[in-house]
Amino acid sequence: MALIDIHHLFHSFYRYNESGEVAGTKEALRDVTLSIEAGTFVAVLGHNGSGKSTLAKHINALFLPSKGQVLVDGRDTKDAANVLLIRREAGMVFQNPDNQMIANVVEEEVAFGPENIGVPTEEIWERVADSLERVGMTAYRMHSPDRLSGGQKQRVAIAGIVSMKPQCIILDEPTAMLDPVGRREVLRTLHELNEKEKITILLITHHMDETIDADRVIVMDDGEVVLDDVPREVFAHVDELRSRGLDVPVPTQLAYELKKRGLELPEGILSEEEFVDAYMKLCK
Amino acid sequence: MFKDITLGQYYPGESVIHKLDPRTKLSGTMLFLISLFINDKFIGLGLALLFLATMVKISGVPARFITRGLKGIFLIVLITVLFSVFYVNTGTLLVDFWIFKIYSGGLSNAAFIAIRIMLLVLGSSLMTLTTTPTRLTDGLEKGLRCLNIIHFPVHSLAMIMSIALRFIPILTQEMNKIQKAQMARGADFEKRGFLRRIRGFVPLLVPLIISAFRRAADLAQAMDARCYHGGKGRTKMKPLRYARRDFIGYLVLFSFLALTIVIRIMPYGY
Repeated sequence: MALIDIHHLFHSFYRYNESGEVAGTKEALRDVTLSIEAGTFVAVLGHNGSGKSTLAKHINALFLPSKGQVLVDGRDTKDAANVLLIRREAGMVFQNPDNQMIANVVEEEVAFGPENIGVPTEEIWERVADSLERVGMTAYRMHSPDRLSGGQKQRVAIAGIVSMKPQCIILDEPTAMLDPVGRREVLRTLHELNEKEKITILLITHHMDETIDADRVIVMDDGEVVLDDVPREVFAHVDELRSRGLDVPVPTQLAYELKKRGLELPEGILSEEEFVDAYMKLCK
Repeated sequence: MFKDITLGQYYPGESVIHKLDPRTKLSGTMLFLISLFINDKFIGLGLALLFLATMVKISGVPARFITRGLKGIFLIVLITVLFSVFYVNTGTLLVDFWIFKIYSGGLSNAAFIAIRIMLLVLGSSLMTLTTTPTRLTDGLEKGLRCLNIIHFPVHSLAMIMSIALRFIPILTQEMNKIQKAQMARGADFEKRGFLRRIRGFVPLLVPLIISAFRRAADLAQAMDARCYHGGKGRTKMKPLRYARRDFIGYLVLFSFLALTIVIRIMPYGY
């Protein structure tokens, strides 16, 4: 059985008028059916308002389905008794690093999750040391989060989730407020966690280049899943992605344009190296 | 303008006073304040002063840090002194000028009250100077746990306090940013006159409050996502445990209090 199973999920937001009646609805998710296998690195791609963040919050039981069903590790998010267990298995990291930290010291921040789920004191110390090690932030253990860079803050936030020993980490645009260096740091950390700890990663983003190393890319538009495949296949649909307001990585786009003009380049080129290789082969 | 907001004027140190359990320091401060009000003789205040001076000495906090707190209460002390000088008419008449009559009782009463208020402030400064805000809220949470019986939300209150402390630097930064943004669009924050200055704050406070609410919503969601569900079943990374020094501390405190009571019931002396 898959770790996350989503069946025909609908989510509606309601807009209320001054007297508290429903004045309008917006369907943020329409009939989404997905399953995510344990241990995979999945990227969810979409522009603003595509419903990708709403989807993420369903997996953490922060939102509940208007219609349909979300199962995390076989547990239904609609059952209130499951909520804490689900949040323990599927931790969530948010966009703004400042707004998700509650402690004044890094190590206490990382301890917050384990404290909430009642881990004994000695084990909390072990988990904190271990989690900080895994995200490479051990040296900043006694620092105040205010003094850290954006990328470091997000790594601390990730450690705060890792310390709860989840099976899956959902990240809702964790790099949106970071500079390129910070973005690379966070992505490297995520890939390491995925490879070494076999933690399932669900990365919500609108940066193409963050998705090319994923096992699977899910493209969302207007509340629906429009593409769902390995990155190479997804980025072969250059025209479709563009029509949905998304860009493709620069090498992919270059290869696509050259091919349209008659060069015999293969489809689905993702990185600069691949492009250079393919192009050199062509020249010979 | 807002750079100098510091909360929790903690003076880092390694002394016994720093290491004491925050609960000991909290109840110690309470007992010290109570002892000041039990006192009705100068000799008692002298004892309190001696006691406080010893504690300050042990803590290693420089005297100028301790006395900094007195600046803020100067006006209050002045007003109370003036009132008691002119309104207490016991003892011998010292000055009789126009409508002013100053008695020796008034003078000594004024001095007594002034010393008492100053000791009050000094005593609480010593606590805040030697305890980090985090430890202080921890101490409050555990020390007031008994109030849970009457369903007083001790844990929530302590959590609110520690989050407030966490967000002070963030909101200060934000305030500076908003101020600069407004200045870039021609707002003038250097206006003269009290009312004008206050009105100048409105365009700062409105965006600040809106953003604080947005942050609060985000934070609540993040706390939910990390399984926060109140104080029930929650463990601590750094639980508070009384050590031997705390028992010694309590012993010293209660002997001090006992001595104060003895001085109070002594039939003679000043």
